[in-house]
Amino acid sequence: MLTSFVALLIRDIRLAVRQGSALTMTLSFFVIAVSLFPLGVGPELSILARIAPGVLWVGALLACLLTLDRVFQADYEDGTLEQLMLGPLPVELVALAKILAHWLTSVVPLIVVAPVLAISLNMPADGTWAMVLALGLGTPILSLIGAVGGALTVAMRRGGILLSLLVLPLYIPVLIFGVASVEAAIAFLPVAPHLLLLGGLSLGALVICPVASAAALRLAVE
Amino acid sequence: MAIDLHKYANPTRFLRLTGVIFPWSVGVTVVLLLTGLYLGLIVSPPDYQQGESVRIMFVHVPASWMALMIYSSMAISSAAGLIWKHPVADLSAKAAAPIGACFTFLALVTGSLWGQPMWGTYWVWDARLTSMLILLFLYLGYMAIWESFDDQSKAAKAAAILVLVGAINIPIIKFSVDWWNTLHQPASVATLQGPKIHSSILTPLLVMGLAYTSLFVSVFIIRVKAEILGRRLRILRINQLQE
Repeated sequence: MLTSFVALLIRDIRLAVRQGSALTMTLSFFVIAVSLFPLGVGPELSILARIAPGVLWVGALLACLLTLDRVFQADYEDGTLEQLMLGPLPVELVALAKILAHWLTSVVPLIVVAPVLAISLNMPADGTWAMVLALGLGTPILSLIGAVGGALTVAMRRGGILLSLLVLPLYIPVLIFGVASVEAAIAFLPVAPHLLLLGGLSLGALVICPVASAAALRLAVE
Repeated sequence: MAIDLHKYANPTRFLRLTGVIFPWSVGVTVVLLLTGLYLGLIVSPPDYQQGESVRIMFVHVPASWMALMIYSSMAISSAAGLIWKHPVADLSAKAAAPIGACFTFLALVTGSLWGQPMWGTYWVWDARLTSMLILLFLYLGYMAIWESFDDQSKAAKAAAILVLVGAINIPIIKFSVDWWNTLHQPASVATLQGPKIHSSILTPLLVMGLAYTSLFVSVFIIRVKAEILGRRLRILRINQLQE
């Protein structure tokens, strides 16, 4: 079971890397979206430092949202998904492998770029490490919850807008705790409670979301 | 459970039962609503700090109770629909959603009207307000997913999955005012030490809560009935076309 899980994971990562464009497009979207804010708000460094945590989190959240339809869509369209679901691997683990691949290929690059953007937004150095930690703990939730939305809308022709309507409300707690942890670090307050809450949310989503995605996928290929 | 719930999964029996309940629930709604409003707007004393504007509470608090209760009931009936494949369970979750969205909207609007004189602002991004807003979006997403499937049984399942995932938000809303120390006051009616407010205010509040509940039951019966009849009509039409 583990071998087929790893095989599926490697296949998905290889597909994402060889397609290439998808990876760089998400990254460029993130960078452009974040760099719009100094243009919109004005280049005053104190204001930018104040809004930087929120801007980076919202940018990461939207960039992640843009890639969600790809988690299951391509495999659903060419029939691979049905073959995978007929295979020996439980559908829950198929979903989990695809979620993990999505997180590794679409979200981890964002976390790597985030500190650079944080510096450009004049965020204090104390906040930067907290932000990387919070993104590392919090973004798996984005992939996990997003996969449920992606699986629910996979059979629809224009599921994109519905997907964001379904998924964004559920993202809000992640955003709140993520931004709170960065702001706590900047204000020299304890960061651990926020990070622990994010980790807890992550573990909870890890239990629930693969099961819910699998149920939605079974519905889609019915 | 002593009562056999599966008995009520039969649409015909469900229609007959609700037909009996409906006149009573409408009557109870009218009586309780008038009593509650009279007690709340005229009998109960003005607050020593908030003055007359405290009376918004009698509209606001029961509405937010209903918003949470309806979502929980939708989650329960969706789970029943997924597990036992009861058609009425799916339909009742679908029928309850717009009513719940209305109560959520009412709670948000009255809350912001109350916030203006009390807090000096219509809206603050505090935990309770934000999570109620999320609840409204969850209701809207739920209604949208019903619209976007052609196949009704698929729509029912997809909506049930969504509502169960979103149900995690319910405890967050309920306890948000206890967990985060924010502008919205903490729970004062359903606490472990018993109600913390005086009976002159508590009584009209509870009467209004019951009135809203029976209002919900009445509107809910109308909507479920319309859903069942609409579905039958569609089947009749399809049969007619085939002949």
